[in-house]
Amino acid sequence: MPGTAPLTWYLGLSATLFAIGAVGVLVRRNVIVIFMAIELMLNAVNLTFVALARSLGSMDGQVIVFFVMSVAAAEAAVGLAIIIAMFRNRETTNADELVTLRW
Amino acid sequence: MTETAWLRWIILLPAAGVLFHVFVGRRATAAVKIVGPGLVGAAFAVAVAAALRLRALPAGGLLRDHLYTWIVAGPFRAEAALRLDALSAVMALVVTGVGFLIHVYSVGYMAGDRGFARYFAYLNLFMTAMLILVLADNLPLLFVGWEGVGLCSYLLIGFWYEKTENAAAGKKAFLVNRIGDAGFLLGVFLLAWTLGRHGFWTLDFATIERHRDVLAAATVGGWSVPLLVGLLLFVGATGKSAQLPLYVWLPDAMAGPTPVSALIHAATMVTAGVYMIARLHAVYELAPAALTVVAAVGAATALFAAVIATAQTDIKRVLAYSTVSQLGYMFLGLGVGATGAAVFHLVTHAFFKALLFLGAGSVIHGLGGEQDMRRMGGLRAHMSVTFWTMTVAALALAGVPPLSGFFSKDEILSSAFTGPHAVPALGVVGLVAAALTAYYTGRLVCLTFLGPSRVSPEAAHHLHESPPVMTVPLAVLAVGALAGGLLPVPAIVGQAGEAEAPLALMALAALLAAAGLALAYQLYVVRPDLPATIAVRLGGFYRLVRDKFRVDELYDALVVRPLFAAADVGARGIDPKLIDGVVNGAGVLVATTSGLWRRVQTGNVQHYALSFLIGALLLLGYYVGR
Repeated sequence: MPGTAPLTWYLGLSATLFAIGAVGVLVRRNVIVIFMAIELMLNAVNLTFVALARSLGSMDGQVIVFFVMSVAAAEAAVGLAIIIAMFRNRETTNADELVTLRW
Repeated sequence: MTETAWLRWIILLPAAGVLFHVFVGRRATAAVKIVGPGLVGAAFAVAVAAALRLRALPAGGLLRDHLYTWIVAGPFRAEAALRLDALSAVMALVVTGVGFLIHVYSVGYMAGDRGFARYFAYLNLFMTAMLILVLADNLPLLFVGWEGVGLCSYLLIGFWYEKTENAAAGKKAFLVNRIGDAGFLLGVFLLAWTLGRHGFWTLDFATIERHRDVLAAATVGGWSVPLLVGLLLFVGATGKSAQLPLYVWLPDAMAGPTPVSALIHAATMVTAGVYMIARLHAVYELAPAALTVVAAVGAATALFAAVIATAQTDIKRVLAYSTVSQLGYMFLGLGVGATGAAVFHLVTHAFFKALLFLGAGSVIHGLGGEQDMRRMGGLRAHMSVTFWTMTVAALALAGVPPLSGFFSKDEILSSAFTGPHAVPALGVVGLVAAALTAYYTGRLVCLTFLGPSRVSPEAAHHLHESPPVMTVPLAVLAVGALAGGLLPVPAIVGQAGEAEAPLALMALAALLAAAGLALAYQLYVVRPDLPATIAVRLGGFYRLVRDKFRVDELYDALVVRPLFAAADVGARGIDPKLIDGVVNGAGVLVATTSGLWRRVQTGNVQHYALSFLIGALLLLGYYVGR
């Protein structure tokens, strides 16, 4: 198929995006940025599903992607609500300062 | 066997008294004075009715009262059932009859005591427990009464617990009895196990007697079961009935109020061991060796305690050792196979010993608490009822014919020479002890009532005869001590073949009694300067006897101190260092390790996310690299 990239490229791109997301979650301090990095990781996984679905000629992967997207939408709504509530209480979005959930 | 449903009232009446005294008594002292003795009197009436009913039955008959099934454990069963046969009828009559008189006397003796209601609650509980013991139809129920009298003796000996010695005496009685009870329980277990192996899972006396052949053939580890059972049960009897080597608690038991001493020494408690062996004599008959041990221990105790009694100056202590000695006679009787004579002596002893103790209580009461016979003397003029009744009891104890003690003691001694398991050597020991008995009882009466007065001035000022509520029971008991020898007890409870004492032996015993009494009179009334000279001449031996052969000191050194030392090692060494060390060490270990691990939990979500990632990578690595 002309103009069609091989599967490994898609998987490589997806792995790269996932790694960027994971590093973002781990190193950034702003919870909103961490949140965005999580979205990036989700979409990296979505890309893997779609690529494999196309390559294997199965619709299963695409169906799962729709599920992931809808769950992600719900998660985004809840997550943002939590962040706003947290900000109202603590006046910060710095993850290093939100450490009261411990001994 | 005749079933009845009213035998239980002999026990339930005093038991009701306990409840009354506990819940109502403190606010109604006047009612306690009526209810306490009254219920025991009622129990005596029921016992008399039961005994008459029993007499109407053919020989060997018995009344039975089944209350309920008490224990069902696998195949084992024990009924809460009462049994009245000749033996338990005699015992029940003595316990309730003498007990009633002691209750009446107590009303006078304990008047004005702060613990009046508590005293009668204990006293009635004592009667209840003793009657359970005597009327029980099986060994487990007998054991309930057995432990009950142990508890009550502890409560009553330590009745005036504000004084440390009294509380200690109570504890001593309880602990020494515990040793005996351990032996008793082992004997009961062995009996239950042996019968159970042959499919008889019960311990009522009828079953035990019916399966004697099973017991006779049984052995455990090469030992004959009847011998082991007999010896173990006898260990229990030595504790409860104050025989060598466990007699030490009884002389201390006089720390309690004097009527309690009378109750313990005469009607209840110490007779339990004698009764138990008489009850189980079917088992003992299978083991002549065990019977010989019983007889030997009894004779040794009779002599040993009689020797000690000759050198005591406390009036109650003389009587206490006298009880130990007389119980020795009863065991001698049991051991030579004269069950009837032993129970006969138990009955007559209950009369005259209760009388002696109550009389001593009257003397102590009259002198305002004085117990030392060296500060008595010449009381005859002031306390004539006490003097005459106590003299009757003393003569009965000394074995002067025709008073009660003469007959019963004579039957035991003659059985020792000619009975079914005769051991003549022990009979000789018994005769020597009889002479000593006459001597120390004579000494007691002479020192207390005759001769010149040595009473201290303040006590002399206070001196008075006791009120009728105390002297009337004395008079009633004196009748018993006088005429108790006419009771046909051996014929009722004994087996066939118990011979009347031969005339020569009777004469010898009477002569010994007279000689002992005469010696005491000579030494303490005619020549009162002599005893001190003799004591000096005897020197070390006299001091040894006066100090009761220092048995208490010996036990203290051999048992009490090593136990305390071991307990001390435990309390100061093992407990704080080892036990606490292990417990505290476990706590410290958990605290330190958890202190390390809790640092992992920072609260920072990014750290958690990192651990997710590491975990995910490890899992990935595992599946890829596999």
